[in-house]
Amino acid sequence: MSFEKFLFYLFAAILVGSALMVITRRNPVHSALFLVLAFFNMAAIWLLAEAEFLAIVLVLVYVGAVMVLFLFVIMMLDIDLATVRAGFIKNLPVGIVVAVLMLVEMVLVLGPKHFGLGKYAAPEAAPADYNNTAELGISLFTQHLYALEIAAVILLVAMIAAISLTLRKRPDSKRQNVTHQHMVKKKDRLKIIKMPAEEKG
Amino acid sequence: MISLSEYLILGALLFVISVAGIFINRKNLIVLLMCVELMLLAVNINFVAFSHFLGDINGQVFVFFILTVAAAEAAIGLAILIVLFRNRSTIDVDDLDTLKG
Amino acid sequence: MEDMKSIYLTLVLAPLLGSIIAGLFRNQVGKAGAHWVTIIGVGISFLLSAYVFWQHVMNGAPVFNENLYTWMVVDGLEMHVGFLVDNLTAMMITVVTFVSLMVHIYTIGYMAHEDGYQRFFSYISLFTFSMLMLVMSNNFLQLFFGWEAVGLVSYLLIGFYFKKETAIFANMKAFLVNRVGDFGFILGIAAVAMYFNSLDYAQVFGAAPDKAGETISIWGDSQWSLMTVICILLFIGAMGKSAQMPLHVWLPDSMEGPTPISALIHAATMVTAGIFMVARMSPLFELSETALSFVLIIGATTAFFMGLIGIVQNDIKRVVAYSTLSQLGYMVAALGASAYAAGLFHLMTHAFFKALLFLAAGSVIIGMHHDQDIRNMGGLRKYMKITWITALLGSLALIGFPGFSGFFSKDAIIEAVGYSQIAGSSYAHWLLVAGVFVTALYSFRMYFLVFHGKGPRDDHAKEHLKESPAVVTVPLILLAIPSVFVGWFAIEPMLFGDFFKGVLHVASAHDTLGEIGKTYTDQIGFISHGVMMLPFWLAMAGLAVAWYVYLMKPSIAQSVRSRFDWLYKLLDRKYGFDEFNQAVFAGGSLFAGKFLWNIGDKTVIDGIAVNGSARSVGVLAQVVRWVQSGYLYHYAIAMILGLLGLLFWFVVR
Repeated sequence: MSFEKFLFYLFAAILVGSALMVITRRNPVHSALFLVLAFFNMAAIWLLAEAEFLAIVLVLVYVGAVMVLFLFVIMMLDIDLATVRAGFIKNLPVGIVVAVLMLVEMVLVLGPKHFGLGKYAAPEAAPADYNNTAELGISLFTQHLYALEIAAVILLVAMIAAISLTLRKRPDSKRQNVTHQHMVKKKDRLKIIKMPAEEKG
Repeated sequence: MISLSEYLILGALLFVISVAGIFINRKNLIVLLMCVELMLLAVNINFVAFSHFLGDINGQVFVFFILTVAAAEAAIGLAILIVLFRNRSTIDVDDLDTLKG
Repeated sequence: MEDMKSIYLTLVLAPLLGSIIAGLFRNQVGKAGAHWVTIIGVGISFLLSAYVFWQHVMNGAPVFNENLYTWMVVDGLEMHVGFLVDNLTAMMITVVTFVSLMVHIYTIGYMAHEDGYQRFFSYISLFTFSMLMLVMSNNFLQLFFGWEAVGLVSYLLIGFYFKKETAIFANMKAFLVNRVGDFGFILGIAAVAMYFNSLDYAQVFGAAPDKAGETISIWGDSQWSLMTVICILLFIGAMGKSAQMPLHVWLPDSMEGPTPISALIHAATMVTAGIFMVARMSPLFELSETALSFVLIIGATTAFFMGLIGIVQNDIKRVVAYSTLSQLGYMVAALGASAYAAGLFHLMTHAFFKALLFLAAGSVIIGMHHDQDIRNMGGLRKYMKITWITALLGSLALIGFPGFSGFFSKDAIIEAVGYSQIAGSSYAHWLLVAGVFVTALYSFRMYFLVFHGKGPRDDHAKEHLKESPAVVTVPLILLAIPSVFVGWFAIEPMLFGDFFKGVLHVASAHDTLGEIGKTYTDQIGFISHGVMMLPFWLAMAGLAVAWYVYLMKPSIAQSVRSRFDWLYKLLDRKYGFDEFNQAVFAGGSLFAGKFLWNIGDKTVIDGIAVNGSARSVGVLAQVVRWVQSGYLYHYAIAMILGLLGLLFWFVVR
């Protein structure tokens, strides 16, 4: 077993293990942290597959942004763990059966018979001056430019949507409303009451 | 050498684990979201592996876009979760049956 | 030629104009206005008809055959409005307008106190117009128009008392039975249009001999002679209109209409349209011996068996109605024996004496204050002299007393059928001869019961009995004249002369009238020959039996009735035709309707198509509603299971 293969199996083992942890941990914070671990291992495997830029993006974007967001949310919300975990054991057998069935079927398709080295020979290692980031950049900014811009718009929309969803007016805040101040009329403020002159005692 | 088959089976494993996760954690919205993230990751590994073995950079471009969309999805999903929790003080899926026909 | 054309147009349109004025402006013209305007319209028609008759018959004017207006041209098939005026038409229009005029005048008296006076005049004028269109037509389509139009007016008039249940039933029955006949008729016309590609008489008759041998297959591989099919289909139309068995059932019931109508439409004119039509189509009928046999047998059967029913009827109008059926049978039998001229001759004489008898019956009904049961009458001759005399003359004409018009025409028919060689002619001959006895028996049974014997049963009626007014009696007298004399004058030109030359076609093999003509010398000779023959003595015997049984010894009638109870019942129920129709056709339609209503409408359309689709949407919605639980994980699980299924399919395949 070559060193490369050893590394692959190591990372893969940790990856699968942490993924199992993600779905079985009682505490969502733990789940999130195991998911972080899974991402790291995935990044390592992607490095083995010579996708260096994506590996680092995975770490930066997912671990650095998305998972932090998850943790924020988990900690911010006051989750009642007891109700959330209810039915865990009851659903376990069904989940396992479905998962095993699916796995068997997929392995039948994806096994060495169809996708082994005999069918797909391992590619040559990239030369020393090969720059994965540059290649990806060239492809992104030429061939996939429109798609890239659409992706940018989607991110923008997601950002606005997230902000507008979570933004809320607090009834107790004491902000000024300049428009209202300008539109004030005299009769709204001033009340003139007719009353008899006071008689001298 | 690592064969393509091994990458793909790894992806399949991750995928079925997240499927099982959806089954067994069906009440916990946050873990459900995490399972979805994991599922996307399982898909991505297929793209990366094929891109590597076929020598085609487009596979990686696709992963890039998937990451983008997944980030957006996570952001909005969490935002919805927060609004939901703010309104109903729970994220128990059993309570979320307003769409029932 | 041009002035003749305008004469024909005026002749046809004058009654229509009268009808429109009397019908649409009835409030403006009032009662007197309505009868004046229609009588003037029909009077103009009658005078012009007389002139046309004079021109054609006496001065030998050429046959007029011209299209006046092209209605439409469809794929080479031309549909025109046109007139064909020859001696036959001239005779028909004269008879129609004369009887119609008499009936118009008579109606003033008969309908004086009835509601719907203007409506009645409008209808009978409309009828006159329709009948003129029918007889003057030069093509099948216009013939059909007239045919249906007279049927419509007949329907309207039978149901004239539209508040009376029986009248409504009767007009519905007449309408439906006529539909059966008309269906055959229009199929016949369609067959003509299909195989001759023309509706014009002249063209069709010209092309007919070439098609005599042609056969068609109606269903399967069976081969039918084209001419036989066309002729029998056309004759089915005639059976409906001229009330031949088994489509006769409507005519007795049509007596629900006012009596003038019974005289005009259901005795003198409309019901003879079938006779006229067959005579007009003689070039076609001559080509099919099968059709002629069919016509002959139907006619003879109707003539005898309908007469039998007349013996047991007690309603004065129904007796005359069955007599009409019987006489129509004689005419049809004449047609079947190729003695078209004899049939038409009888048509003409019958129009006069049957209209006379009906109007006389109407006069009696007026006198009896609308009591129509002859058992309640008797001795009326003391009170209604003119009616009595004219009715006697009419009855004598009907039974064929020598010298009266009916004698010549009926004897000619019986002789002609006797000479006929086609299948069924001997059967027909014996029925017709026996029918003479029956005719005399029922005619004089009615006559004796009404006019002789002890006075009316009802004392109240006796006090009020008096002769009808002049508007009633004058038409009676005017009709009595031709009833008596027309036969004497017309027999020679019509039967043996050139009157119908070029109009009727008789194949030499069928020329039964020609056989009679060989021995014919003059009227006296014809009479003396007839007096020696069996029919005359049968008529006399019928008269004598009626006199003895109904006048001298009424107890005999009772004992005969009880002796032959089954026969009496059979006749009283009119051989059960009505019950049969009611049970089979009406009941069958009702059953089919109910079946379609229950199975077709309620179950299939309402149940399955309409409510079923609504219900299936409901069921589907229930299912969808159950699926849409609203729980996130249900959707997720559904997706995953679907994925599993797809994957399974992918792998196993």
